[in-house]
Amino acid sequence: MSAFFSWLAQLPALAQVPIIILAFGVVVGAILFFVEIAPRSGRGYTIIRLAVCVLAPLLILLVANSYTWAIIGAGVLGLGFFYIDYRSRTGAGYLFQLVGFLAPAAILLGIGLVIPTIQTTVQAFMSARGDRFVGLDNFAWIFTQPENVRIVLNTIVWVLIVPTISTIAGLAYAVFIDKSRGEKYFKILVFMPMAISLVGASIIWRFVYTARPADQEQIGLLNQLVVMFGGQPVDFLSVSPFNTLFLIVILIWVQTGFAMVVLSAAIKGVPTEQMEAAELDGTNAWEQFVNVTVPGIRSALVVVLTTISIVSLKVFDIVRTTTAGSNETSVVANEMYTQFKNFEQGRSAAFALVLFLLVLPIVVYNARQIKKQREIR
Amino acid sequence: MSSVMPVRLPVDAQTTRRLRRGVRRMESPIARNTKKRLTSRGATIGALIIAVLWSIPTLGLLVSSFRPAQQVRTTGWWTIFTNTGVTFDNYTTALAAGNSQLNLAGSFINSIAITLPATLIPLMIASLAAYAFAWIDFRGKNVMFIGVFALQIVPIQMALVPLLQFFSGGTIFGFPVVAALNPGSGYSQVWIAHTMFALPLAIYLLHNFVSEIPSEVIEAARVDGAGHGQIFFRIVLPLTMPAIASIAIFQFLWVWNDLLVALIFADGAVAPMTKLLAELSGARGQDWHLLTAGAFLSILVPLIVFFSLQRFFVRGLLAGSTKG
Repeated sequence: MSAFFSWLAQLPALAQVPIIILAFGVVVGAILFFVEIAPRSGRGYTIIRLAVCVLAPLLILLVANSYTWAIIGAGVLGLGFFYIDYRSRTGAGYLFQLVGFLAPAAILLGIGLVIPTIQTTVQAFMSARGDRFVGLDNFAWIFTQPENVRIVLNTIVWVLIVPTISTIAGLAYAVFIDKSRGEKYFKILVFMPMAISLVGASIIWRFVYTARPADQEQIGLLNQLVVMFGGQPVDFLSVSPFNTLFLIVILIWVQTGFAMVVLSAAIKGVPTEQMEAAELDGTNAWEQFVNVTVPGIRSALVVVLTTISIVSLKVFDIVRTTTAGSNETSVVANEMYTQFKNFEQGRSAAFALVLFLLVLPIVVYNARQIKKQREIR
Repeated sequence: MSSVMPVRLPVDAQTTRRLRRGVRRMESPIARNTKKRLTSRGATIGALIIAVLWSIPTLGLLVSSFRPAQQVRTTGWWTIFTNTGVTFDNYTTALAAGNSQLNLAGSFINSIAITLPATLIPLMIASLAAYAFAWIDFRGKNVMFIGVFALQIVPIQMALVPLLQFFSGGTIFGFPVVAALNPGSGYSQVWIAHTMFALPLAIYLLHNFVSEIPSEVIEAARVDGAGHGQIFFRIVLPLTMPAIASIAIFQFLWVWNDLLVALIFADGAVAPMTKLLAELSGARGQDWHLLTAGAFLSILVPLIVFFSLQRFFVRGLLAGSTKG
């Protein structure tokens, strides 16, 4: 397989696309074909099954490049399938089919997520090169060094401000434009930043923030406004601690569109009868909003808040592109990458673990919230 | 990580119903017309202010990218009417800018070459797995499915470094498992990494759609003698195509806009646009004529996808919740 990829890498970039997709399609097609004929009876199909038990180990040989694994695979396939299918009550070829459907995903998830997560967790307690157990040293380093405490605090500031403000702005906007003329176009304007990469968004906003010496004309919009009102131009991204807030604005700008779209759908789903009943009772628009709309979209609000919280906890691209973490703007995800680049694997893993532990309560809260709501009804 | 991702958390049945009703109302022109009413003036002004605030930054970028470099350096883009002059030079300069191994034009090609396979391959694998979880009975199915669902909460930061070591060494816990990928293996690392990271969400979302197919349809096919392979290929795939399409849009935008995975797995000559732009933003941070043009080039493809497939986009975004 390694050889195949090396061969592929020599081709022109765009020629690689159809080849890899086609190759992959052939593999999936073969799996489906074998899965389809696995349970059929008859000599022809038995031969095909036999052929799979020969071909699959050969495939393993190609991928893993090791005879041991190929022999193990052949043994498992040859003995396993026929014995279990023979004994199986769910019908011949049952296990064959199950493996055909699930194995690709299971192998990739195992290698790509499950095992690495375990390895990172172990590595968080190891030294820089990963060869010596150091206990909680890496975590002690994170929570005692002032600049690292600052990083963790910055992350917490992100996760407190971004979800709140983008949800409020998104909700207000969704209510303002609800049932108005040209609602669709209003939506597109605010929603568009969602399609832009965070790198692109960061460059857009760096341009808004950019500062020129006071004696020259400003080219950044914000500094132009500052100068217009008689102030001195400020380099917004280098003045701590407010620079973190200016970075936070970028993520708010992106996430408000998300909040707006989900909440707008939720608002439209609030039963019209309830709104009309409130109107008959003589409530004004604000009372209607607080007493009918907000309770009606409560769980949509929870979803929006938790989703944006998780995004802001993992924020990386914005900090990397604008300041790369200088001037005390770094966050956990950025520092994890910086430590990895400095060959400090233990510390990098420790930061990753901190991130995981910060994400965990939000998800648990959300899951419990849903369970509670299910029990009430 | 990315700016876009569908709502990946489950919501309760009531919200599901309401969001579904909301989406229906949004999409039906009749309902919209009958419910039209004048909103208050204050609300309209508020909406206008937010809309203007939200569009000005992008507008500034777009305008600047067409102004001559000298003017971009010395005057603000809002003076475009007094300092007239439109040029495409910024774009030609930007496409040729880059590092020793790669320029922006090359990285644009790289982005395409990375994104298309990294969108299609995980969806193929995920739809296979989603079918198994929905329509094949086996012991431990629920436990396994919850396990896949739970993998969504693991930040990909947890997996990056060990996965990189796995690619270069081919070992797990010191045991050799596969042949190491050569350093010159091109896009393969980044394809495989994106495929792995996309699977949990894709399997979860697709499972919701696949399991909603009426069981009568599946059983009728089974009675007619179709095996799982045929049912999947002839019935499940065509019926879930709309769902697959909207998830594909998200995966496309996710991969195209990604920076973190690219930084770690796509080095040197195979780097995508996001990586090169982030680099330019650091190294040539004051060359605004170049950065604005480059940034606009990189957001062009997502914007085209967004504007042409907006309907799928909104529906896909709500897929996680309305199909909960």
